[in-house]
Amino acid sequence: MGALLTVDDVHVRYGDLVALREVSLTVAQGEVVCVIGPNGAGKSTLLAAVAGGVAPWRGSIRFGDAEVVGLRPELVARQGLSLVPEGRHIFGTLTVDENLRIGGFIHKGRAEAKADHERLLELFPRLRERLNFPAGRLSGGEQQMLAVARAVMTRPRLLLVDEPSLGLAPRIVDQIYEILLDLRRREGLTLIINEQSSNRILKHADRIYVLRGGRIQLEGRAADLADGEAIRSAYFGFGSPATLEGVAP
Amino acid sequence: MIGFLQNLIDAVSLGSIYALTALGIGLLFGILRLINFAHGDYITIGAYALIVPSADVTARLLIGDLPLVVMTPLICLIVVVAALLSDVLVFRPLRRASSPTLMIASFAVSYIIQNGVMMLYGARPKAVDLWSGANTQILIGDLRVPMLQLIILVVTLVLMTALTLFLRKTPYGIQMRAAAEDFRMATYLGVRGNLVIGLAFAISGILAAAVSLLYTTQSGSLSHTMGLPLALFAFVAVVVGGMGSLVGAVVGGFTIGIIVTMLQAYLPPELRAFRDAFAFAFVILVLLVRPAGLVPSRTSFERV
Repeated sequence: MGALLTVDDVHVRYGDLVALREVSLTVAQGEVVCVIGPNGAGKSTLLAAVAGGVAPWRGSIRFGDAEVVGLRPELVARQGLSLVPEGRHIFGTLTVDENLRIGGFIHKGRAEAKADHERLLELFPRLRERLNFPAGRLSGGEQQMLAVARAVMTRPRLLLVDEPSLGLAPRIVDQIYEILLDLRRREGLTLIINEQSSNRILKHADRIYVLRGGRIQLEGRAADLADGEAIRSAYFGFGSPATLEGVAP
Repeated sequence: MIGFLQNLIDAVSLGSIYALTALGIGLLFGILRLINFAHGDYITIGAYALIVPSADVTARLLIGDLPLVVMTPLICLIVVVAALLSDVLVFRPLRRASSPTLMIASFAVSYIIQNGVMMLYGARPKAVDLWSGANTQILIGDLRVPMLQLIILVVTLVLMTALTLFLRKTPYGIQMRAAAEDFRMATYLGVRGNLVIGLAFAISGILAAAVSLLYTTQSGSLSHTMGLPLALFAFVAVVVGGMGSLVGAVVGGFTIGIIVTMLQAYLPPELRAFRDAFAFAFVILVLLVRPAGLVPSRTSFERV
């Protein structure tokens, strides 16, 4: 199997709280995989663990041919894996241009980084207009675009995007998805996208994982899950609202 | 009027020393959330490196006897090495520790350096004559300005300009600013955390070395606790200026320098002994009016 990413039996704990348990997941080269689940399900923790920001308590995460558990985030990033975190985390006091350049410093070749910079500005004309603005003055949608563009500057093979639609107007969210899928076509990117709701993602994703209470509840091809019934029951835990929020013991 | 201008020159020169020290402390606070009280002791190390290690009261110059172009880089190198060692040996193992833990660790580093200096050089203060020519006075109109004060001001301006250019124009400077704003995010983008932190320690070491040379030339004496008041006033400068803002650290440094000098000059003689109490009362007033400091650090704000 040409799996680009293999997450195997990963457990993550924050003190006594277990955020992820027995999570296993594979992503093949070129796939768009979506992880959906309610608030607090462990989606962000999963992406942070893959990106090296959180150390799993147990389990293995293989990216390409290498084990990445225990690597610091900067080393994981250097292997070609980039995270666009929830809340975007752009550097608000730096200019848009500087935000983009940060992503390009990974690579030795100045010329390459410059070419990437130029190519991304073609994709994001809004950012070119604001190149010398402090990034904190951008609108939410522009900040999300900057966060994506900045991550792509690191030339990732795998891009992790955590809740790109959070707090944005539906029209802007559509634009962002268009750009993400466009990047996949142009750059051969593999994508993992976290979302709370499945409506939009069913159209775009190849495969879907439903995460609730720190466990994978359901896995399947988006085409097979299109009616949404299986997702709903996995998401809500057999329709019982009582288990919606809690982390199962 | 002349008297006031004369005091103002003293104030600016003292303020320069505080501003340079505050910049070193502010830079590390920005990136590590470390309030490094050992910064004053880096200054002490740079000053003692000038003389021959012995417990004699009169100091004999060692590195301090070399020509300026050799002495300056050598002192910088020694202080930078000391700063980097304190990172590697103490602060790096505490990377995940909280801010108060880091600060207490910096007190430990501070005591270790002071005791080390005391063991090597003895506990008594020493007189040292680094550059007697520096007190030549230059007449500007009716003003008598000691040459050293001009040099202090020029060195401060040069270092501040160099630091600004470094932070704005170079790849490492940009990475350092990004790390200061959001360290975790910077590492997700491949910024090497330990390298950027090491760089910040090295720069704070260079700033400390500059203060070593300027301050020792001015005071003409050495003591193993000489760095403490500098670090304390510089820390206050950082707070007054606004934690996390480098411009604030400089503004705070000059503010404290001006307050202390003016109180010294204009307080009634019987109150002068309480100068520092008045200075700190003023600091409290500033913070009551502007709790985030004179130049609050611009935090990133999210917009929808």
